Order: sequence, then structure tokens, then C-alpha cells
Amino acid sequence: MKALRILIRSIRDSFKSVFRNFSLSMASIACTTVTLILVGIALFLSYNVREVTTNLEKELTIVVYLKKDTKEEEKVAIQNDLELMKSADHIVESYKLKTSEEWKAEMKKESDALESTLDYLETNPLLDSIIVKVTDVKELAPTAEKLRKYEYVSSASYGEGMIENILGIFDAISFGTVAIVVALVLVTAFLINNTIKLTIFARSEEIEIMRLVGASNTAIKLPFLFEGFILGVLGSILPIVISIYGYILLFDKSGGYVFTKIITLTKPFPFVLYVSGFLLVIGSLVGMVGSYRAVRKYLKI
Amino acid sequence: MKLIKVDHAYKVYKNGTTAIADLSVSIDKGEFVFVIGSTGCGKSTLIKMLYREEKPTKGDVIVGGINVAKLRNSKVYKLRRKLGVVFQDFKLLPKLNVYENVAFALESIGLPSDEIRPKVLKAIEAVGLKEKARNLPSELSGGEQQRVAIARAIVNDPKLLICDEPTGNLDHETSKEIMNILNDINKNLGTTIIMATHDKELVNRMKKRVLVIEQGVLASDNMKGSYKVHESLKNSN
Repeated sequence: MKALRILIRSIRDSFKSVFRNFSLSMASIACTTVTLILVGIALFLSYNVREVTTNLEKELTIVVYLKKDTKEEEKVAIQNDLELMKSADHIVESYKLKTSEEWKAEMKKESDALESTLDYLETNPLLDSIIVKVTDVKELAPTAEKLRKYEYVSSASYGEGMIENILGIFDAISFGTVAIVVALVLVTAFLINNTIKLTIFARSEEIEIMRLVGASNTAIKLPFLFEGFILGVLGSILPIVISIYGYILLFDKSGGYVFTKIITLTKPFPFVLYVSGFLLVIGSLVGMVGSYRAVRKYLKI
Repeated sequence: MKLIKVDHAYKVYKNGTTAIADLSVSIDKGEFVFVIGSTGCGKSTLIKMLYREEKPTKGDVIVGGINVAKLRNSKVYKLRRKLGVVFQDFKLLPKLNVYENVAFALESIGLPSDEIRPKVLKAIEAVGLKEKARNLPSELSGGEQQRVAIARAIVNDPKLLICDEPTGNLDHETSKEIMNILNDINKNLGTTIIMATHDKELVNRMKKRVLVIEQGVLASDNMKGSYKVHESLKNSN
């Protein structure tokens, strides 16, 4: 019962203190808000980037074009080699022969102009090809290189350079956002630390009397820890609202794609709820860590 | 029965100053004891050791069965709940009224509100401030403010009341009033009182036990002492 009374008193005092030092509290809350909004953006960004990267990696294929005069047995031979790469070396995920006729049919479907052009030509100008999917992005270049060595292979391409560039950019984005977020979280903890420090100084008389009349250390410390917690939670409200509505709006407006259909967005639910929960936890943790540090350093008990 | 036992206590501050050197003294329950001595003689250090604001460097200081020398920081509150402390500068919270200032002591240690009210009213009545329970400290005279501080110190029925120059900021007449209140508390409630003071006349009038501290040493201990004893001692030295 006594512990409960001290707990209730601590919570009451911490709320009082938040409003008594309103301008100072607002500074901490605002800083937490800005930080958490950026944390939210970073979370959405890095999660989606990771998703896109995984999707891209799944789609990584080499298109091998065979020369016009490739014989049937040569086609069988290369497919046998690919079968070995698949079952023995586990480099190749799958491969599929796509004949020039299949290409032609597909291209004709894509646009009327292409259809009339292809119909106008007497012979099929397209080449037979094999679509090879590799198991890992790292296998792209060496596999393509191997396939180019066949005499009857006209070309083996996988968008050299571009894929690596995209993945490199995505990596940089992920790293950059994490670095910014870590820096901001530290700044916020420092600011909350300062707010609590000033609260402690403002209440030094009260603390002195509490110690004198025999208040336990816990009873003296608790209000400040709660205050940090409250600042963190209040600071996370706006970021949570923004991240939920902002992401849903972005998803609806964009139709779930950014720039091209390759880059798809993760569905809002339950994704935004996880992000919100995470923001709340980060906010309250930063608040409590900030105040705990101040209490330890400035409350000499 | 002994309430306080100081046994060969030493206090050397970090800067090398020796405030207390080999001091031994016992105080019984229900006693009223003055601690006197010139500024810097070590009497404040002795007083501070009794409520564990300072720890002895060597020796024991036992208050109400608790050895201050061995008391950990986190357990200081256990000692503080057994005693009350009154200072020269009152140490009241300016935004709280008389009642709230006294109640603050009990709220801080987690007493339920239905127990707080009768205790606070009793303490305020004991110092004669019932009429001013709703006044803020700024609306009270110095003497009245000190009475609030005394009420706060005795509200939890302590065995020991430590007063560090409680009349230092007050005029002659008001000091007398405060002494009467302290005397009543000592007589009626049986609370042991230890009071450090500079007020010669006050000590002479009260005819209580007087401990004289000089250069960190107990220079004299007289059961019905007066400030004169202290001065003659000083002259003979």
C-alpha cells in the first residue's frame, strides 16, 4: 500500500512538474517529436528499401540470346550445362528456353505498332533465348561470363552496373538514415537530460527537505523518472499520428508504387502499427534514459 | 537509557581540516542538551553527524540504535524518520501553506492521508499556529516560520529533535517564545532535544546540560551549565 501511495504521488508530482516548467517541457517534447518523426520516416524508408532489395534480388535474371544459326543439339547442350549448374553447383535457380516465336507473340501483345511492324517483316528477326535466374546476386556476373564463352551465345546480359548501382544506393540510404536517427536520438536524450537537470535544480529545496524528513531515495527519484517518461510519451504522439496517416495517404496516392512497378510499398496494415509501437517505445525509453542519467548525476543521494 | 552515544569520533574533511577529534559523549532519552562553542569549533559537524549529513572519519556515532558511521546512503532515511531537524533558516517551501508544509513531511514518507490530517493538526496546535494553518510562509513572522519548522520536525513523533541554531535569525523576545515551545515539547512529549546555539543569555536562563566544544574536542560537559563556564574555560586556556 505504501509503495502504491508513493507511486501515485510520484506520478502526480511528475505531471505537475511537466506543466510547471511548461516551456522547458515543450522544448523537450518538440525535440522528441522531431526526432521521432525522422525515426518514423527512416523506419518506413529502410523497411521498404529492404523489401525492394529482396524483391529485386529475387528477380535477378540473365537473358542469354543464342545466335540465329544455333543448332538444336547445341540448345540441348547448353541447357544440360545449366541443369548441372542448378542441381550440382546451386548457382542457378531456374532457366527457361524462350523461343523467337514466343518473343514475337509477347511483343505483339505489348503494342499495336510493334504488332504491325513484326507482321510486315517476312522473317522473324528475334533470337531464341534462355532466361536464367541465379540464386544469389553475387552469381550474376560470373554466370553471365561463363555463358558468354559458348560460341553460339550471342549475348548474356543482366543489366550490368545498373543493378549494383541501385543496390548500392539503397544501402547508402539505409546507412544514412540509421546514422541520422542515432544522432537525433542522442541529441534528444541529452535535451531531456537537461530538462530534468533543471527540474532537479528548481526543486533542490524540496528534495533537501524530503531527504531531511526521511523520504526514501526511491520516493525522491521516481517523480523525475516519470517526468522523463511522460515527456517521451507526449513527444511520440504526433509522430505516431503522422506516421499512420502519412503512410496510409502515401500508399493510397501512389497506388503502392514509387516511380516504377519494381519499387512496391509495403501494405500499411499492420506495418504502421508496428512502427507506431516502436516509436512509442523509443520515445519513452529516450525520456527515461535521459532523466535517469540526470537523476544519477545531479541528485546526489 | 542512552539515545545517543558518540564514541571516540573523529571527523577530518577532505581539505585536511580536523573538525572533531576523539570526541566521546552520551545523551539519555528525554534530555535537553545545548551544544555551544565558537564558530568553527566543530559543533555544527557534531550536529550534522547526528542526522548523518556527515559521516565520522573514525569512531562510532550511534543514534537511536543506528550506527551513523556504518549507515549506507540508501538507508539514511531510516535514521531520519526517527528524528526531526530544525535549522536557522527554517527551510519551508514557499508555495505551500502552514498545513501543507507540515503535511509534506508525512506525504514524503508515504503515510496515508487519513493518518496525516490528525497528526498535522496536533503538531500545528503544539506550536500554537492552528489559526494560521492556511497562511503561506511569506505571510508569517520569523518566529512563526520557525514554529512551522518545529511542527514539521515533530509531526512524526520523533525520539530526537536536533536544532541547529534555531534562534539565530530571531530577536530576543521571539527566541524566548521558541525556547518555551522547545521546552514544552521536551517536557510534555519526552522528546530528546539537542540544540546548537550562540545565544549566551538563552543558555544561562534555561539551566540545562551544556556541552562545550573547542577545537573539535569536548572541553566541558556540565549538567546545569551556562555559557559562563565555557568562557572561563576559554580564558584559562
